[in-house]
Amino acid sequence: MPDIKFRLKRHDPQDKKNPEAHWEEYTVHYEGVNLTVLEGLFYIQENLDPSLSFRYCCRASVCGSCAMYINGAYRLACQTNVKHLDTDMMTVEPMPHLTVVKDMVVDMGPFFDKYEYVMPWLIRNSEEPAKEINQSPADREKLSMPVDCILCGSCYSSCPSAWGEENYLGPAALLKAYRFEVDSRDEAKRERMPRWNNERGVYRCHTIMNCQEACPKELSPTEGIQWLKKAAVRRKLFGKAK
Amino acid sequence: MIHHDVIVVGGGLAGLRAAIEAKRAGLDVAILSQVHPGRSHSGQAQGGINAALGNHPDGRDDGTEKHAFDTVKGGDFLVDQDCAIQMAADAPRVIYEMDHWGCPFSRFEDGTIAQRPFGGAGFPRCCYGADKTGHYLLHCLVEQAYKLQVKMYVEQYVTSLIVNDGVCQGVVSYDMIRGGFEAFTANAVVIATGGAGRTYSNTTNSLISTGSGMFMAYYAGVPVKDMEFVQFHPTGLYTTQILMTEGARGEGGYLINGEGKRFMEKYAPKFMELAPRDITARSIQIEINEGRGINGQGYVFLDLRHLGAEKILLKLPGIRDLAIHFEGVDPIEEPIPVVPSQHYWMGGIDTNVDGATVMPGLYAAGECACVSVHGANRLGGNSLLETIVFGRRAGAEVVRYLDTIADKRTNLRIADAATRLMEQKVQDLGNKKGTESAYALRAEMTVAMKDHFFLFRDEPTMRAGLDKLYSIKERVKNIGLRWTGSVFNVDMIRTMEFEGMLDMALTVAEGAIVRQESRGAHFRTDFNTRDDANWLRHTLAYYDPNSPKPRLDYKPVTLGTFELQERKY
Repeated sequence: MPDIKFRLKRHDPQDKKNPEAHWEEYTVHYEGVNLTVLEGLFYIQENLDPSLSFRYCCRASVCGSCAMYINGAYRLACQTNVKHLDTDMMTVEPMPHLTVVKDMVVDMGPFFDKYEYVMPWLIRNSEEPAKEINQSPADREKLSMPVDCILCGSCYSSCPSAWGEENYLGPAALLKAYRFEVDSRDEAKRERMPRWNNERGVYRCHTIMNCQEACPKELSPTEGIQWLKKAAVRRKLFGKAK
Repeated sequence: MIHHDVIVVGGGLAGLRAAIEAKRAGLDVAILSQVHPGRSHSGQAQGGINAALGNHPDGRDDGTEKHAFDTVKGGDFLVDQDCAIQMAADAPRVIYEMDHWGCPFSRFEDGTIAQRPFGGAGFPRCCYGADKTGHYLLHCLVEQAYKLQVKMYVEQYVTSLIVNDGVCQGVVSYDMIRGGFEAFTANAVVIATGGAGRTYSNTTNSLISTGSGMFMAYYAGVPVKDMEFVQFHPTGLYTTQILMTEGARGEGGYLINGEGKRFMEKYAPKFMELAPRDITARSIQIEINEGRGINGQGYVFLDLRHLGAEKILLKLPGIRDLAIHFEGVDPIEEPIPVVPSQHYWMGGIDTNVDGATVMPGLYAAGECACVSVHGANRLGGNSLLETIVFGRRAGAEVVRYLDTIADKRTNLRIADAATRLMEQKVQDLGNKKGTESAYALRAEMTVAMKDHFFLFRDEPTMRAGLDKLYSIKERVKNIGLRWTGSVFNVDMIRTMEFEGMLDMALTVAEGAIVRQESRGAHFRTDFNTRDDANWLRHTLAYYDPNSPKPRLDYKPVTLGTFELQERKY
């Protein structure tokens, strides 16, 4: 029956006695051969320290709730099996550069404000057909990468351009803008573009590519941002983005 | 105190669709959700959503009546036929609407929405987006909700209904981010909180699928219906019960036993691996119980290797990733170990075809509701459909209901009292040291449900299970809160939800032991045939504040279109 150490960054800004971030260590005991970091956090919350706070939902790497900074990398706690990290110490922190609400829970408010700002919905001007809007498999394929985004925030937390400029929309929101601009069904002309085609939008990206490394879904926000930059030029020159 | 015309509890597909419908009619609508709506359990759905679009070459003769018939037969005739007909009829328009809103469905060569065969369906009518259909639909509706500026209160754990003289006038909620309880008053409340899969230890469901909306309504006196009908999906991953979509078999995947045989030929020679889920899951369990699991162990294989890498990467990329990450198996190279796992809650809050409950002002839609369109066994591809069809219908019904209310004032004194009651409850729980662990009891309950109310049921096994559940119910008095902090108190949420989950488990158990027949997912080895003479009726369970035991009642099933027949596949 293996044991493994968890070192957690604890932080309760409401705690008047100890409002600062600090580290605490726990020994997690588990049966069998598999333990995910999320299961480890539940073990601690149930057995060792009921005050521990963390987000959880699907435990199957599709909801984006449990992105954390684990042993020096962005990971989904539910998708991270301790045996794959080949270590006897799991170091778990909330996603850096974001405001901590409590322990692993960070304030996602600004992240979703920026998501909303890019108008992340299909813009249509034509009258809708009685059936579906036809889309070729090739055009649908263009959506496959960006629609897999689970909005976990890893890329946003990892981006140095976002650390230095709080108004920067960040990789996730821009990837979402790309997802709609590239959709053959989208008929936006000038509606969405001014939101991303400026210095707090795509031009703040310096292709550092941290987002791509951080993404637990192995997506490339950078690729989407580069496409948007080119689309802006195409629109200027030819009046068409796609 | 905050007021909106309409409060929707739960931000998954049903809740979002209800909110969008009411918002489009000009009402002031707010969603309260335990997680950001984009993280809801709806996003875990994989395989697809049924609608008789006829896009597939083999689906040209499909139609909404055939969809309704398959649904009724799949549900072993416990389905209210008028409701199934309505759902099938609404299906094409809601799917086209999702397309118009940007949902990235996969496509056929001609540019139409792709459809695949699915279990229990006479035609390939399951519309899909790779094997991530739930995720795509969910994000699409989240986007629409933002577009329409539906107010979202995110990370709110709703604990109770505000009921004034028998009329629902809002909810009390714990604000996870800021701490504390608050009343949200409204003229109508739509519950859309999903199923209660986490009452079982072996479930495919999200950790938040606790049935919170169901027990909230139950405690307010609204009956829950057909709770003994719990769906076990044939293919959850062996070690984690994470879902492997039925679409894997829809695309041609095989189920293989320890002898290397496609054993479904014994149980459903015509439909093979695409028999309905109750039949397929029981077939797998029989193979396992009779020693024909892989190497005699407790699982069988879902084998996709013959589909080839290209097809797997195009149509089933999501489950491939899940199998790699969570089971250490790449389906392109190796077969996947799978077991039947709790998956879906056919029962739920008793509603009519427009989401209305017996309580004025209270509506429910999605998995937490029971219309009933799934009867004793839901067909794959009908749950996503249910969320959107009945979310929309509930939203529209709320609009009509609000038109009929002359006096829209809510009773603030009652709302305040309901809030104080919750605060008092938490304070009382916090004052108790807790001689027993809520988590240990919860584990006992979930294992008891798996051991005693799983695929094969009989009187002695269920009686022993009930004894365990009532013993746990007695010991619940000994639990307390271990931490009383105000912000993001996971201990408080998990302790409070456990009590409700236990009462939902009891409605399953009591409903199951009384129902002396086998129908759909409720299979009894001691009464192994369907008994239409005595049991073609819905079970209603009511909360009894004076007894640990739910009070059971029954009501007839709506028939009239499709003749009763034996289910063969």
